[in-house]
Amino acid sequence: MSVRRLASEQPASFAFTPENLTWAEKQVTKFPEGKQASAVISILWRVQEQEGWVSEPSIRWVGEFLDMPYIRVLEVATFYTMFLLAPVGRKAHIQVCGTTPCMIRGAGKLIELCRERIHAEPLHPSADGMLSWEEVECLGACVNAPMAQIVPDTYEDLTVETLGKLIDDLEAGRPIKPGPQIDRHHSAPVGGFRALTTPELYDGSMVGQGAGLQAAREAIAARAAAAEEAARAAAGESNQAKQAAPAADAAKKE
Amino acid sequence: MLSDKDRIFTNIYGHHDWGLQGALKRGSWDGTKTILEAGRDWIVDQMKASGLRGRGGAGFPTGLKWSFMPKQNDGRPHYLVVNADESEPGTCKDREILRHDPHHLVEGCLIAGFAMGAHAAYIYVRGEFIREREHLQAAIDQAYEARLIGKNNVHGWDMDIYVAHGAGAYICGEETALLESLEGKKGQPRLKPPFPANVGLYGCPTTVNNVESIAVAPTILRRGPSWFSSIGRPNNVGTKLFGISGHVNTPCIVEEAMGIPFKELIEKHGGGIRGGWDNLKAIIPGGASCPIIPAEQCEDLIMDFDGTRAVKSSFGTAGVLVMDKSTDVIRAIARIAYFFKHESCGQCTPCREGTGWMWRVIDRMARGEAEKREIDMLLQVTTQVEGHTICALGDAAAWPIQGLIRHFRHEIEERIDLYSRNPRPLERQMLEAAE
Repeated sequence: MSVRRLASEQPASFAFTPENLTWAEKQVTKFPEGKQASAVISILWRVQEQEGWVSEPSIRWVGEFLDMPYIRVLEVATFYTMFLLAPVGRKAHIQVCGTTPCMIRGAGKLIELCRERIHAEPLHPSADGMLSWEEVECLGACVNAPMAQIVPDTYEDLTVETLGKLIDDLEAGRPIKPGPQIDRHHSAPVGGFRALTTPELYDGSMVGQGAGLQAAREAIAARAAAAEEAARAAAGESNQAKQAAPAADAAKKE
Repeated sequence: MLSDKDRIFTNIYGHHDWGLQGALKRGSWDGTKTILEAGRDWIVDQMKASGLRGRGGAGFPTGLKWSFMPKQNDGRPHYLVVNADESEPGTCKDREILRHDPHHLVEGCLIAGFAMGAHAAYIYVRGEFIREREHLQAAIDQAYEARLIGKNNVHGWDMDIYVAHGAGAYICGEETALLESLEGKKGQPRLKPPFPANVGLYGCPTTVNNVESIAVAPTILRRGPSWFSSIGRPNNVGTKLFGISGHVNTPCIVEEAMGIPFKELIEKHGGGIRGGWDNLKAIIPGGASCPIIPAEQCEDLIMDFDGTRAVKSSFGTAGVLVMDKSTDVIRAIARIAYFFKHESCGQCTPCREGTGWMWRVIDRMARGEAEKREIDMLLQVTTQVEGHTICALGDAAAWPIQGLIRHFRHEIEERIDLYSRNPRPLERQMLEAAE
């Protein structure tokens, strides 16, 4: 497990902006009455989006807002590792995936680059306070390894050069392009598609093609016929078998 | 090779409109009302007949799981929970469904919810998938707008679908930890029984399914279970999203038939091993928790549940990690051990202490700084963690190390020999602090 503590220096208070407050009130309505605690993760995340990190006063605020004991919110904030418990780079916090699929494709070099360019230690802002970095566990883009995330976007298929360029662009305030940093379409193979090249998949001719739908119609018809049969049996009619067949046909047409 | 027409996820690369209009044109939401009208039992029977096994890693039959939900409502609401907390290293298939083909999942939620008597579904997306959950939420909003879901929708079964998210805890992919997290707590797994089908989210009957299991359901029902079960081998049927990562020429995600030979998968989609087949060292077939398979056993490896089990590994989520001869396998597994140490929730002692202990030992072995007798000791400790914890994270941490020792013991011993010939005492850490 990862042991995490609150920062030693904390701000005096916390408050949501009016927009975020409205948003938070709406989050609570996703869950049944009395289960408002379910919204704690998404509200803490919005705190982090607003402030850049999760402070102790904000944890207390969320506890009061959701009518939860303070310790329960503190548990959540320290358990989930995406909550940053101290300020990071103001412009960007670069999270480099270092788990095995990225590691064997060169994530180690990316981490070295971050050490050189940003700060020798993870989670420490650079000298000008603009950038920071950390090594994180698998970010779930293994076929685009190695990769990094600068919330909310991912930057994939990185090399030391392309990450260096990303850092240059961030420092210079130039826009950066999310997704693969090489000539590649998302998770498709480099050099072009090897699957999903049939045009009929996309022209609407796949609609209404299901053998399963026919089976469903038959099941509905059979059930209607059985219900009718049962009704007749209840009414004391005889010779149901012959009459059930036309009923089934009628149901099918419906 | 699976033909394009048998592929379920036709927009997995995101080269077409992922929104409702595009999804309708590709066949989503086609005849959903007819499927629901055929009834709850019919749907469950069809799903059972299709032979679909859960796509989250354990491979439990999906139709059977659905049938565990109480038939009669005792006053408690029923819930469908979709596990989109995809965090296992090597696995990145659900991400593509969420961001590029979300309507499969939304439609699947309606059908699965109906089949288990649930009027509400929660989709729990891992915290890092921020853009992915934006797409998913947009797709849900489109479905509400078109009255495909929601109250008084055109399908005649009220269904509300909500997106919830985590914040970076792998353990929340364990179904009961996920439920704890959804309730706003630390994600620490619950003891079973009671099983979620009886006491799940908020103490109500709940079924937790993987994204892919739910997302394939509409197409299976539309095309019929015999279509699905005709692909693959008995007990291992259907199509599956494979992820090919590591040292291949063209890593990618692709939907293929279950039971595809490993070689064919790598040649056709992965573009071959970097440096040719002779350069292959080992693979991890289905995510970090699956034991490693050395190159010689990859020759005739069949990629499905039984095929990987035959070589004492497991199919997991079919995220194949390929390692060529440049790889330091001991270090690769040590990094996985670190991952599990980092992600242990801390609830059970064997896992909390064991994952850290195993990592510290194997990290020393990666440097060669160990005794040979410690290899057996490490192996023995893995068996003491395995099976002695509430959830399977302890097992998942033990298996990669067991696999490494089973197949690459000689490398560990060579490294120990190398180190003992040329120790570097300055770099040696005399004391290793316990966390």
